[in-house]
Amino acid sequence: MSVLLIAEHNNKEVRPFTYNAITAASQINEDLHVLVLGHQADDVAKSLSEVPNVKKVIHVDNEIYENYIAENYTASIIKHAENYSHIVSSANTFGKNLMPRIAALLDTSQVSDIIKVISEDTFLRPIYAGNAFATVKSSDKKKCVTIRPTSFDPADKSGGSAEITKSDPAEASSSTKFLKKEEVKSDRPELGTARIVISGGRGMQNGENFKLISDIADKLNAAIGASRAAVDAGYITNDHQVGQTGKVVVPDLYIAVGISGAIQHLAGMKESKIIVAINKDGEAPIFSVADYGLEADLFEALPQFLSELNKLNTIQK
Amino acid sequence: MKILVAVKRVIDYNVQIRVKEDGSGVVTDNVKMSTNPPDDNAIEEAVKIKEAGKAQEIVAITIGEEKAQETVRKALAVGADRGIHVKVDNVIEPLAVSKILKKIVEKENPDLVFMGKQAIDDDCNQTGQMLAALLNWPQATFASKIEVKDNVLEVTREIDEGLETIEVNVPAIVTCDLRLNEPRYASLPNIMKAKKKPIEQINASDLGVDINPRIEQIKVEEPPKRKAGIKVASVEELVQKLKNEAKVI
Repeated sequence: MSVLLIAEHNNKEVRPFTYNAITAASQINEDLHVLVLGHQADDVAKSLSEVPNVKKVIHVDNEIYENYIAENYTASIIKHAENYSHIVSSANTFGKNLMPRIAALLDTSQVSDIIKVISEDTFLRPIYAGNAFATVKSSDKKKCVTIRPTSFDPADKSGGSAEITKSDPAEASSSTKFLKKEEVKSDRPELGTARIVISGGRGMQNGENFKLISDIADKLNAAIGASRAAVDAGYITNDHQVGQTGKVVVPDLYIAVGISGAIQHLAGMKESKIIVAINKDGEAPIFSVADYGLEADLFEALPQFLSELNKLNTIQK
Repeated sequence: MKILVAVKRVIDYNVQIRVKEDGSGVVTDNVKMSTNPPDDNAIEEAVKIKEAGKAQEIVAITIGEEKAQETVRKALAVGADRGIHVKVDNVIEPLAVSKILKKIVEKENPDLVFMGKQAIDDDCNQTGQMLAALLNWPQATFASKIEVKDNVLEVTREIDEGLETIEVNVPAIVTCDLRLNEPRYASLPNIMKAKKKPIEQINASDLGVDINPRIEQIKVEEPPKRKAGIKVASVEELVQKLKNEAKVI
């Protein structure tokens, strides 16, 4: 009974959701091993060996693991799977792409996107865009589980000293080739882990108007989100989308601006601690989940909001 | 090229989901059903590729109860050439769906299989990747752009960090994002024509695959409700509340 967690990283640093997945994985079983597939990712293996919850790190170094090619990852993970009762990863685009490929080859019915570990075979997961919670029990001998990272706190990062073992790569796939990644660089906190998120919707009317949002984000050290409507309309890039088919965020403060609040958007943010809605339509569904609703024209409200924030002498970072 | 497109019948995305009082699931009686939204994008993309002269035939497939055929009929109205309906009586898991699809792929020999990246009912996001694994085909998931070249596809994928572009050899599985295209509406004449297009019916039990559930759904419950909030009268009041009451700024 040991758990194998697949680390997500960029070969230099561990991607933050890996730490949330570690917390969930060690709730399934304390004997948690982490598999690092990467290219010259020694720093990643070392960082993970220092996580107290991690009992062992398996490091496979090869250029075929430089990018997340699911076919290449899967071949290696299957080689290691034999020794484990659970294979686990985060339920973001990394794990969503990868885990079902592993599960199918292990003839396992995957449990996706869990928000609670009830026991080693029973989990809680949202269905229907979070409008229902299902308690599910897996009868498969080997279980494949993906974890909704925002439902678990990140694990402590230091104090541990797990053994790092090296392992050989599996065969590479010749049918999939990585061409390029267009990563949006930003100095702002990551959307998935930010303490404050401010999001714009269709009401922003165009991309330039998102400046009103980014000014406030700068002031609050917040991440910027968006509804699917705003992304579809080209106001902002896809990596900002919050919702059922985008990212799920659980910040302390979520500010929804010009967002009506479709079920699909609510699915991505309604677990936030405090929700603020700014919308000129007083009947907009977003107000039904908002702790504080302001019925106002956003083009007047946002500049005022910024100037009120500027008056405060203490803004928590 | 031949494209197989898998479509699923789900509760319409606009319906407010209600959980059954006995905890056995959600209410589906007298509820509007539709094609899973990103499956519409999958059909649309296949039709566009055919219109561009790069595919000769589109086969739409669904797996489900009798009424699931409606989704195939809709795909036929939008431009699929023929349909397949694999009949199952109960809800089956993505692993079982992918095993059924594998049998159909072996029979139909498509060059590409398209489907939505995720069904909006169980939100599993598994079937395409599982089918790719069972067939040992490459997978291109969460596609927001597809370029068909000679025997390869160049696919732009929506990932957390932004966009990733990969090249996969044909045959391949592609799972479609909502941003891939704008699904068209079927015209009335095309809806009429679609009624004449053939839908082959197959019983899942005749395919010889194990579709028994591996996951027991113990109970389904409503998520915790948020307490009702308040409306504030001004921006000034909002900032004061956030600072002094909620203490989040």
